This record gives sequence, structure tokens and C-alpha cells, in this order.
Amino acid sequence: MMPALYLTLAAPLAGALLLAIVRRLDVAGWLNTLVCAVSLFATLALATGVARHGVVAGAGFRVDAFNVYLLVLTAFVGLTTSIFSRPYMRHVCDSGRTNARGMRLYHVMFQAFLFTMLLALSTDNLGVLWVAVEGATLATVLLVSLYRTPEAVEAAWKYFILCGVGIALALFGTVLLYFAAQQVVTDPAGGLTWSVLYAVAPQLQPSIMGLAFVFLLVGYGTKVGLVPMHQWLPDAHSEGPTPMSAVLSGLLLNVALYAVVRLKMLVDGSLAATASPHMAGYLLMGFGLLSFLVAGLFLHRQRDIKRMFSYSSIEHMGLMTFAFGLGGALATFGALLHMLVHSLTKSAIFVTVGHATHISNTQSIDHIRGLIRTQPVVGWGLLLGVAAIAGFPPFGVFTSEFLLLTATMRTQPWFTLALLTGLAVAFAGLFRHLHPMVYGPAPEGQQPVPANMLPVLVHLGLVLWLGISIPAFLAAWLDRATDLITGLHLL
Amino acid sequence: MSLDPVPLLQQLMLVLAAAALFTSFVLLEQARLVSAIHAFAWQGVLVALVTLLVAISGGYTHLFFSATLTLCLKALLIPWMLHRLVRRLELDRHSEPLQRPALVTMAALALVLFSYWLVLPIVQQELMFTRNIVAVSLAIVLIGLLMMVARQQAVAQVLGFMSMENGLFLAAVSATGGMPLIVELGVAFDVLVAMVLFGVFFFQIRASIDTLDVDRMNRLTEQGDEP
Repeated sequence: MMPALYLTLAAPLAGALLLAIVRRLDVAGWLNTLVCAVSLFATLALATGVARHGVVAGAGFRVDAFNVYLLVLTAFVGLTTSIFSRPYMRHVCDSGRTNARGMRLYHVMFQAFLFTMLLALSTDNLGVLWVAVEGATLATVLLVSLYRTPEAVEAAWKYFILCGVGIALALFGTVLLYFAAQQVVTDPAGGLTWSVLYAVAPQLQPSIMGLAFVFLLVGYGTKVGLVPMHQWLPDAHSEGPTPMSAVLSGLLLNVALYAVVRLKMLVDGSLAATASPHMAGYLLMGFGLLSFLVAGLFLHRQRDIKRMFSYSSIEHMGLMTFAFGLGGALATFGALLHMLVHSLTKSAIFVTVGHATHISNTQSIDHIRGLIRTQPVVGWGLLLGVAAIAGFPPFGVFTSEFLLLTATMRTQPWFTLALLTGLAVAFAGLFRHLHPMVYGPAPEGQQPVPANMLPVLVHLGLVLWLGISIPAFLAAWLDRATDLITGLHLL
Repeated sequence: MSLDPVPLLQQLMLVLAAAALFTSFVLLEQARLVSAIHAFAWQGVLVALVTLLVAISGGYTHLFFSATLTLCLKALLIPWMLHRLVRRLELDRHSEPLQRPALVTMAALALVLFSYWLVLPIVQQELMFTRNIVAVSLAIVLIGLLMMVARQQAVAQVLGFMSMENGLFLAAVSATGGMPLIVELGVAFDVLVAMVLFGVFFFQIRASIDTLDVDRMNRLTEQGDEP
């Protein structure tokens, strides 16, 4: 199955190089989509391989049940976003907010970003994981400042500095981890290999591992957007081009959380025999709950539509972090499902928001009005997307949140109260802004724009499907990932 | 801390690491940008020297390569790039004294103590040397962080960022004999790309707010943009 893995990584890398020399805009747009399609095809082939053999490993890579579904998700959201971004960025270019050079930069960096994401997910080496996550910052930072407005440059600088610092702390954690590994693993090259470390986790010195995890959590947590390291996230999401916001929210946050969970598995193994075996879990629960509640409150104060949805991303990442910290089969299964449905829903919302901002020519919530009247498909898309992300029943987010609440009720009943409050606060925050935007009279002269709602339809359709009945193969897949992370089966 | 005899080579390494920590303080206090860049270059030289000594004492052949890489990247290439940028931005005469120097220096000292406290869990006696040098590296990292907070000038913030990288590299080399080569190359590549991007940003920032004082960038607040 290795060829499929190599193709998965080679496609975006080759795409980035190729797009750097393609000058024709329409060709570049289609090529971008084509490369993403190849990448998705390769990850699907890889997924069948993993389904058949269990683990595909070799040459420093390792794909198991946990990361393969994230690989497919990453390639899938990459493809749908590229389908959306082709006409969208064309429109941006025509309206003069960027030029042909900016467009080329956009296409190259889009593929480079996907490459770093796929590399971070498939590598078995924690050092390479770090390099890839840092590479993702470098690939996206120029895109955040693509429009060159003072706000965009400010957001990009903040993003660069904060994520740079965060990720530097994660590197210190990685060094400490390697240091702990060297006392146990004899082969120096294997000291950062996750599968080797996982096998010897109980022998790793707990005091060093605990210290390393704090640094790693703060570092990768910055990328997850955990409060109080979240400051970069709303700025970068609101000022960058909308397709970028879609992939940042849908993919980057997931990959950073994936890194945290992988590292937690090592630390849990190491701390199992000590006086505080759940230290890592408690830390995740604390940071997660804080992010969840704070982001929910901040939703109420937003005036920029993209900023608002980026706070909603922080809220959901907090919920997932909390669930992974809670541990146990049910919570982990719910968190994995939530990663999936959140990515799909949030990228669909950002696509819709992109069209909505083009309709009303502003990102200010106060000035977006009467979307349903002007362009029903965009208005309804936004309404349904927000209903899905707020956790309304037929959608998949409801399912995963229900599972998470059930798990919390079983193990830490008091936290259920905090979670329910947070969900209600976030729900109110989203809908008080949403209602006037989609309903009500449209301002004079507001015109529909050419909108490609296919990605939204597909994403929301999938989320709806996951809410009504999770297909057996997917449930089995998530169950295997749950087994991998917690050692327990749910099904 | 016991004063058991430490091998001469390790003593030398500790002295060099301490000197690198000292350059961190110099960086933090230095008002003139050009002098700060020189201090940063010296820190790079010191880190490269420590790497060389570790390579000799431990017989790690790949560390000779790392030492050369560090010397080229941290002591020559990045300072040269920064120097050129500063000249092109006409900031060579720019000088900006640190605000509240006493407070910042005290904070830096507190960070050094904090670093020593944080590495206490590494208790075994045979790791005494490692504990010392990890504490020093962590202090360099944290002072770099402090520098990014205390300085408002974009170039000075980048220097803080880069000296954090120096601290991280020092930790990796001295505590673990260097990361696997692929990781080290990847990190060096990331640092280099980051430096190029920082250069791009200096011009973007100046084009947008007409200065490199990043404290003036305060358009994005929680309230969102005023309509």
C-alpha cells in the first residue's frame, strides 16, 4: 500500500511546484482542483489498504485507523474547497483585491499547506510532525496577508509570531521527549518514532514526560486555538481569503489536535504507574472546558461574520479537547466523530459565508441583511449550516455532542452542567446574529452573485447522513481508532 | 548543587552555554538594532562551538555537520540577511531603548531561576551536567520569549524569535546529542523559510503602517471593525 501513501504526499507537493510556473489563471484553478482530486483518490486507496491490513507502515510513515480517516477527511475538504475557491478567487481577482501574482501565490500555498497537513498526519516521526505543523504556519501566513490591507498584515504578523512562539515551545517539549526516550531506546534514530516510543511508553521516565507534555500541549494547543493561546485564530480567519479560513478551521485545527492526542497516548503510558496517572487528561479537560466556555461567550460580542465563526471553531475544538481528556471509549468515539462532522460543517459554513460577503460586499454582521430574499440558496445554506453547527437534531453534530454529553454524565456528572450551559450560550450567540442576516428585507440594489453551492450541499448532506445513520464501515473504523487510543472497544 | 569534579570538556561546554545565556541578556538590553544583530551572531557562534564540543566528546559524527550548519545559518546567513534588511529599511541608526529596563531585567533573571526550578525533576546524579545545560537552554528560550513581548520593534521581535531557536537547538544538542538528521534539516529549513517570510513582512508592515513599531498595529480588537 506504500505507493498510495507516496502518491498522497507527492500529489500536493508536485502540484505546488507545478502551480508556481503556471501563469494562466483559469488553468491554475482547474489544475488546483485536479491535484486535490488525485490526492483524494490516493487517500481512498490508502484507506482500503488500512481496512484490509490494519496498519500501513514503513520508511518513517505509519498510517493506522486513527490517522487514515483524518487523511481522507483532509483530502476531501481540500478538494471541495478547491472546487469552491476556483470561481471565488477569480471573483476576488477581478474585483482588484489581489493580482495575478497574488493568485499564483495562493494556488502554490494552498497545495503546500495540504502537503504539510498530509505529511503531519502520515508521519511516524514526532520531529517530522513538528516540522510539518510549523510548515503549515509558514505556508498560510502569506495568504492571511494576501489582501495587503493594514488589518490583514496585522493579522498575519500576529499569526506568525504567536504560532511561531507556540510551536517553538512544542519543539522544546519534543527535545525533552527525545531526551526521555534516549534513556530507554538504544537506537538513536528511533528515539522520536512514535510507534517505537508507544511500545516502550511505560518505561519512559514519568517526571520528564510530564514536563514535556506541558510544553507540547501549550505548543500544539496554540495551533488548536485553545484559550488563552487563541488570539491569532479569529484575526487570521477574518482577514485571510475565505477558502483559507475554510481549510484552517476544517483541517489545521484538527491536525494540531491529532498531534496532542498522539502525544497524550505516550504520556498516559508513561504516567500509568505513578500517583497522577490522569495528569494529561486533566490538563486537556481544563484547557478544553475553558476554551469551550470562553469562546461561547465571545460569540455574542462579534461584529465580523468570519470572526464569529472562528470563535465557533474555538468552541468546538475546546469541546473535542475536553472529550479526549475525559478519555474512555464513549467520549473518544464521540470526539472522533465530532472532529469529522465539525470539519465538514465548518468548511461548508465558511464557503457559504464567502458567498454571503460577496453578495453584501462586507464582512460586517450589521450590514449583511436579507440573504434569503436576495439569493435563497446562500441564505438557506447559511441557515442550515448554522443549525447543523449549533447541534440541531437531524445533523451529525447533534449525534456527537449527544455521545459526549452521555459520556460526561457517566464519568464526571457535574461537568454536564457546564457543557449544557456552554452549548446554550453558544447557540444563543450564533442565532442572535444569524436571524437578521438571513431573514428580513434586503438592502436596495443587493444582487445575487454566481455561487457554487455544490461543496456546501455535499458537506451538509454528509453531515445529515452521519446524523441519521452512521454507516457500518465508518462506525467500525472509528471504533478501531477508539480502540487504538483508549484500548477499549465501544461497539 | 554539589561541586563534584566535572570533566574539563563539560566545564568548557557549560562556560560556553553560560556565555550564550549572557548574549541573550545583551540582546534583550541592546537599544541599537545593528549591535543587537551582532550579539545574535555571537550567540550563534557560541551555540555552534558547544555543538562542536559535544561532537568531539561524544563521538557523534553527524554533529560535526550540525555544527557547520548552525555556524552557517545562525552566525552568518541570518545575521547577514537581517543586516541587509535593516540597511534597506534604513534602520541602521535606529535605536530604541528598552522601556522599563529594570523591570525587564528582573523578569529575565526570574526566568533563569524558573528554568532551574523547572528542570529539578531530572534528578539522577549522572545527569547533573544535562540538568544544568537544559536549564540554561530553557532560560535562553524564555528570555527570547520575553524579548518578543518587551520589544515593540518588528526586527527586535524577530531577533527574539531566532534566539529562541538557538536555545532550542542548544537543548537538543547538549541534552540528547542532537535530533535525528532529518528532523534537524527540517527545522533548519523551517527557520530559513521563516526568516525569508519575516523579511517580506517587514516591507508589508512598513507599507501598511509606515513604521516597524508593531505596537501601532491595533486595528483588530474584540469589538471587530467599527462600521
